[in-house]
Amino acid sequence: MSEYEAVIGLETHIQLNTTTKIFCGCKADSWEEPPNSNICPVCAGLPGVLPVLNEQAVRKGALLGAAMQAEIRLRSFFDRKNYFYPDLPKGYQISQFDQALASGGYLDLPMPDGASRRVNITKLHLEEDAGKTKYEGGLRYVDFNRCGVPLVEMVTEPDLRSADEAAQYLIRLRQLLRWLGISEADMEKGHLRCDANVSIRPVGSRDLFTKTEIKNVNSIEAVRAAINMEIQRQIALVEGGGRVEAWTLDWDDAHNRLKKMRSKETEADYRYFKEPDLLPLVLSEDWRAEVLESLPELPLERRTRFMIKYGLPEYDADILTGDRPLSNYFEAALEVYGGDPKVLSNWIMNDVLRMLNELGISADKLSLKPGHLAGVIKMVDKGAINAPTGKSLLVKVQESGKPPEDIVAAEGLAQVSDDSALIQVIDELLAANPDEVASYRGGKEGLFGWFMGQVMRETRGQADPGRTRELLMNALKGEG
Amino acid sequence: MAILDHSAFEIAKKVQRGELTAVDVLTAALDHVAAVDGRPGTLDGGALSEEDQAKVHAFITLTEKRARRQAEAIDERIRTGENVGPLAGVPITIKDIYCVKDTPTTAASRILANFVAPYTATPVERLEAAGAVTLGKVNLDEFTYGSSTESSAFQPSTRNPWDPARVPGGSSGGSTAAVAAREGCLSLGTDTAGSIRQPAAFCGVVGLKPTYGRVSRYGLIAFGSSLDCPGPVARDVRDAALMLSVMAGADPRDSTAATLPVPNYLDGIDRGVKGMRIGLSPDYMHINFPDPDTGDILSQSLPDEIRAATLRAAETLAAQGAEIIENVSMPNSAYGIPVYFVISRVEAASNLHRFDGVKYGYRTPSEFRDLHEMYRKTRAEGFGLQPKLRILMGMYVSAAQYSEHYYQRALKVRSMIRSDFETAFDPGGPYQLDALLTPTTPTTAFKIADIYGDSVLMQYADQFTVPANHAGVPAISIPGGLSSEGLPIGIHLIAPDFAETTLFRAGYAFEGATADADWRKVKPRVLLQAGL
Repeated sequence: MSEYEAVIGLETHIQLNTTTKIFCGCKADSWEEPPNSNICPVCAGLPGVLPVLNEQAVRKGALLGAAMQAEIRLRSFFDRKNYFYPDLPKGYQISQFDQALASGGYLDLPMPDGASRRVNITKLHLEEDAGKTKYEGGLRYVDFNRCGVPLVEMVTEPDLRSADEAAQYLIRLRQLLRWLGISEADMEKGHLRCDANVSIRPVGSRDLFTKTEIKNVNSIEAVRAAINMEIQRQIALVEGGGRVEAWTLDWDDAHNRLKKMRSKETEADYRYFKEPDLLPLVLSEDWRAEVLESLPELPLERRTRFMIKYGLPEYDADILTGDRPLSNYFEAALEVYGGDPKVLSNWIMNDVLRMLNELGISADKLSLKPGHLAGVIKMVDKGAINAPTGKSLLVKVQESGKPPEDIVAAEGLAQVSDDSALIQVIDELLAANPDEVASYRGGKEGLFGWFMGQVMRETRGQADPGRTRELLMNALKGEG
Repeated sequence: MAILDHSAFEIAKKVQRGELTAVDVLTAALDHVAAVDGRPGTLDGGALSEEDQAKVHAFITLTEKRARRQAEAIDERIRTGENVGPLAGVPITIKDIYCVKDTPTTAASRILANFVAPYTATPVERLEAAGAVTLGKVNLDEFTYGSSTESSAFQPSTRNPWDPARVPGGSSGGSTAAVAAREGCLSLGTDTAGSIRQPAAFCGVVGLKPTYGRVSRYGLIAFGSSLDCPGPVARDVRDAALMLSVMAGADPRDSTAATLPVPNYLDGIDRGVKGMRIGLSPDYMHINFPDPDTGDILSQSLPDEIRAATLRAAETLAAQGAEIIENVSMPNSAYGIPVYFVISRVEAASNLHRFDGVKYGYRTPSEFRDLHEMYRKTRAEGFGLQPKLRILMGMYVSAAQYSEHYYQRALKVRSMIRSDFETAFDPGGPYQLDALLTPTTPTTAFKIADIYGDSVLMQYADQFTVPANHAGVPAISIPGGLSSEGLPIGIHLIAPDFAETTLFRAGYAFEGATADADWRKVKPRVLLQAGL
């Protein structure tokens, strides 16, 4: 086992969330719409039609390129990739070949051991999506709704070394796409598609061996499982004296297994040539500068900054930068709160995240604004309310949309820490239960909890537990 | 004077002024069609009768009802005092390579014989919006692949109105024959290597290939996408200018359409050629072509009549005040045809991919085992010889292992052809031309079946026209005389990018200077025979 390492490259197709398709005015999203209901002469490839490039697709593609540290070319070209398939209505796909929108680039993946793995990008270009085919009752049906949906094809170098790294890359990519707001990045819906090229080699070797290509994996877990399975298969094959052949494998999600689709002896010749129906894509320096300017702080950068600037543990920083609204929420709350970032982090990771999961929304959609959260924590810190009250207050703010201070006042939730009020409750309690007091004083100290509970019940939970404990202790000792 | 003897310009004026109704004009045009056209081209057209051999056969689809509705609508609008546009009531025909909504759009191919377009091409839309009345769709070489219109799957193919034993040229042969035979005033053609200008020369009409991008290609079924230009076919230069004024301009559906403002090409058309610098090039007075084996440039001289017509045109323009610049060097034009063979076929093979039997058009009626057999049978049965030759060659020269040697090299030579023109037209260069004058074609119209089948020889019919397609510059063919056999000879002017105005001015001046020439008084034979 240990004498082999896996060599993995991922080819991803990213559906950009533009309003319209890349070369026509049809809307880009046809999710769950009837087949062929969202098409026009252009995306259906009728005779005589011409493509017109959607600027939003270029902008979103350029943003991704910039986020991947790629160079955005001021002059790039579209090319025709020629092949026959029923779901490709023109018989060619408009793509980019040797002079694509972006060149180079990489993503530094944080590894669990604290190191990072640089994954280089071989290819990052814009293209149009094809349609879908399906077989039913011995017939083949085509649906062109998806034709012309803007895609970025992004291919990594074979820089990944395990199924976990591959999964990690996809997790980080998905996070980045959502962060930039350029793709919904939902693998189940095909917004983010992944093919994996897998080979193995003896540890220490720098050579690349024959690879297989795994297609149709539509979740990150499936990518991990499929790659692991393929690595095991290749190792067993080689150990048994066999040779890996350049197969294309199909992931069967229902049965968790890989099936051989075809042998891949020769590379297909797509006869690429420059698309004469589109002018060269020329971007101005100003346009590029504006796009670069609009690039936000990226998730991994923010993660590092949270660790350094706020002294947060890696675990916290990772979760808080899981998505952009959450990390913005944290920083906005911290600004109002002004206290220990770790305290705020705990509140968010425990209470706010639970709330987000239950509601299925992102942090920017909460009625519980960052300022509200900060206000609640401040009240707890001051002892104005106790922690359990604070937690239930968060829910009340979220449900009512009212500021927490108003709710506290209206419901009389302020913590009872006024000694005289507490002493009165305690005195009455001891007077009413002389037997218990006697037992306690006789050595049954376990009764202390019972006394605490009675005080809490009497004060409907608003007594400051620390102060109650102190006063109760004194009273029971007879020093009150 | 019969209605159709008037130009489009005059007819539109008469219709606008109420002197003629659009329906009158349409009726006259349909009478012409009935008198000269014979049966339309159909699939499996069968043997030619003697009568067939005397007719023009410009049409594939006559859309009479649609035309009548258009004409009546125009008359109605005129009655209510509306402005109906500069082509009010002008009958036109459309090369059947343009999509027209709810109308068969065949590309003269079996593979699209049953295709009814669900949308209308931009240039057609603009012509009709300007008041033109569309008579129907006219014949062409299959997918525009040819220079004689004979390769149409719709037979009988179009015959030359000057001599029905001859071809009209091509691929816009249906367009030029229709205009010559007065079946309408104007026709919308396409020019990829000379497909408007060569048949215009053969049929004695005016044909313009505008600057690439001047007219939107949206709705034009593509041949060579980087070369294709929609353009006007007309009986005189002013009509061509009028038609271009209406069609040209930016189009949100074609990003290769130029956004430069469109002038009214009629303005200043009569300003003459005084001071214009018009060039003659020895490279356009021979057929120069590279030997396929050695690459050496071989040369073949032109027929005397063609040469003489061109030189006579130069003298005529000189007499009008133009300065004739001789010995303009255009050395790379000799490579125009081989370069065209490579580039146009790469684009054509790709453009033909979509005709696969899946979505529209022909699908094999025979059994097929799988998808690939369906593709093979559909395309084998649906495409004629010319598309197949283009697919084979286009696939070959763009294949990964040959692309560098053929396609990439052809692109480089194409830019050299372009730079010859840039030098010739450079205001600071050695020639400082406003236009280059050449013969349009090396021969007059050839006999039907004479050259068909030998596609290399046929392509030399485009030797003088194709360089303008490579360079993207505009060029016009105008009638320059008749041969001793009574066949039209075309003269050809090429101008810098977007200088269509220059071409119209020079052409208009030439027409004026030769208005009284005897050859101008001769009508095509089919019209005389029909007593029109």
